[in-house]
Amino acid sequence: MTKKIEAFIREEKFEDVKKALSDIGIVGMNVVEVHGHGRQGGLTLAWRTGTYKVDMLPRFQLNIVLSDDNLEKTVETIRKSAYTGQVGDGLIFIYAVEDVIRIRTNERGREALTYEDDIDVRKAKQSSVNRSAK
Amino acid sequence: MEELQANLSSLTVSANILWVLIAGFLVFFMQAGFALVEVGFTRAKNVAHTMMMNMMVFCLGAIGYFICGFAFQFGAVNYTYGETAISATQASPAWAFSPITLGAWGDSLAQGLRFGEQWGIIGLSGFFLQGIQLSAAGIFAFFLFQMVFMDTAATIPTGSGAERIKFTGFIWMSLWVSMFIYPLVGNWVWGGGWLANLGRTVGLGNGVVDFAGSGVVHTTGGAVGLAIALVLGPRIGKFNKDGSANAIPGHNIPMGILGTIILFFGWFGFNPGSTLGIQGAFINLVSLAAVNTLIAGAAGGISAMFYMWFFGPVKKPDPSMSVNGVLAGLVAVTAPCAFISPWAAVVIGLVGGVLACLAAGWLEAWKIDDPVGAVPVHLFNGIWGVIAVGLFANGNPDTAAWNGIDTAVTGLLYGGGVGQLLAQLLEAGAIFITVFGLSYVVFRVLNGFGVMRSEPADEIIGLDIPEMGARGYWEGSHPNIRTML
Repeated sequence: MTKKIEAFIREEKFEDVKKALSDIGIVGMNVVEVHGHGRQGGLTLAWRTGTYKVDMLPRFQLNIVLSDDNLEKTVETIRKSAYTGQVGDGLIFIYAVEDVIRIRTNERGREALTYEDDIDVRKAKQSSVNRSAK
Repeated sequence: MEELQANLSSLTVSANILWVLIAGFLVFFMQAGFALVEVGFTRAKNVAHTMMMNMMVFCLGAIGYFICGFAFQFGAVNYTYGETAISATQASPAWAFSPITLGAWGDSLAQGLRFGEQWGIIGLSGFFLQGIQLSAAGIFAFFLFQMVFMDTAATIPTGSGAERIKFTGFIWMSLWVSMFIYPLVGNWVWGGGWLANLGRTVGLGNGVVDFAGSGVVHTTGGAVGLAIALVLGPRIGKFNKDGSANAIPGHNIPMGILGTIILFFGWFGFNPGSTLGIQGAFINLVSLAAVNTLIAGAAGGISAMFYMWFFGPVKKPDPSMSVNGVLAGLVAVTAPCAFISPWAAVVIGLVGGVLACLAAGWLEAWKIDDPVGAVPVHLFNGIWGVIAVGLFANGNPDTAAWNGIDTAVTGLLYGGGVGQLLAQLLEAGAIFITVFGLSYVVFRVLNGFGVMRSEPADEIIGLDIPEMGARGYWEGSHPNIRTML
């Protein structure tokens, strides 16, 4: 089963999240600049004699499509690396994905999600190491 | 020996002229400061329009001033007023108000309109700089210096009128300021007109004393700014039906701050340069004016910052109001800078910074929309600076014979009595009433012809495209989209 992660994170945490994901072998993703707010409804800022409301704050939306056996590990990695403790750290949404097609090679499904040294390759290496250790 | 004397005095005049030119170049650079402050504190959709106003106010003003502004303001500065007797015991000697530092002016710039002998109103020679010998280097330097001062006054109202003035209306406003209203009041105070002569005619201190123009430049500019803000009305969306005000934030605080720093730098030409020379005692006044300028600007920034920190809407040190405070201190010290001691510069600056913050609140309460704070900074603090001379002038012997009165310029706190203070109050009143009154009428008439306030639709989408045919910024859009539009 293929899943899509939409992670809304702070712009300043993007580098941390990217590095953490790359360390576990998640290398395919895209980023969209968005504006939004959660329950707090934005910020109140000052200008000269008065104040004004900024409803929508800038955030990054990270889109990652992956197979669901890697889902929990990826979500946990994103959550830990995007965390600051301040209100406004963001949200993660999970969707089911119908299909994945690689444009260049017409690969479908699981093959379309594979990359050099990605998370599945590393898992496979790890289990062969474990097997030979036994 | 005689040759040595001649060479020495020629060198002295050259040094004076050099100083005036350099100071004038610094004041010219203030135009960049005004442009950055205005554009930084207004919205991105209007940048091309606002920047263009700040560039062309110099170009239009320069030619307007060349045509007739300079002649109206200084056409009679070299006129020699005869002796006057103020009382049985007090007589004022014959006196011309032209500077003694810039070489011999012959009989140039000595014709004007006056009531009786002693009440000069406007100059009437020097149109197109005619009738001036090409070798009169001092007069040409003087013209340059005075032109950039006029430009400072002319650019102030572009801030109060920003974001909703038609470019055509701005052109009329620039010509009005550079060709008539600024030269008119400038003649009265600096061109040897009736306000400068008050010491000799009615015995009020040294007559009106305004060293570098808190009255002539800043009160004038601020008064025109108030008139334009009233005639144009507030920006769409500034005030609600119930009277409450909405904040319309500027788009670039760094520009606003950089602009303020550039203005501060230029002010070191504006104030000290107004000695019009460095010879003899004048160098003392140059140094003193420079230091007082520095101190008052600093004090203004501090008091505005702390005022916002303790009393502002979010209790934080506010960037845009703090730099308004710096400018307020500079405006307020502009008239007194050569006549006061440094401790007074601190007081004047501290008061100026708070006054600018308070006045911004008052304008809003009175439903007057001034996008960048030009009126609080220039009108309110211009008047404060004019009055401050009457309070803090310290009787410095180097200021003796100012405006043809033997005694030094002395204010109330230094035992000068109320004479100087009354002269200063007259200056503030005369300038404000004349400039605001006439400008308001002229702008109202022009608005009736539809050339002042921009169309609502243009104001909402931003003036850049409808007025300039060009957008200031294309941030965030793809090059292909840009060309498609």
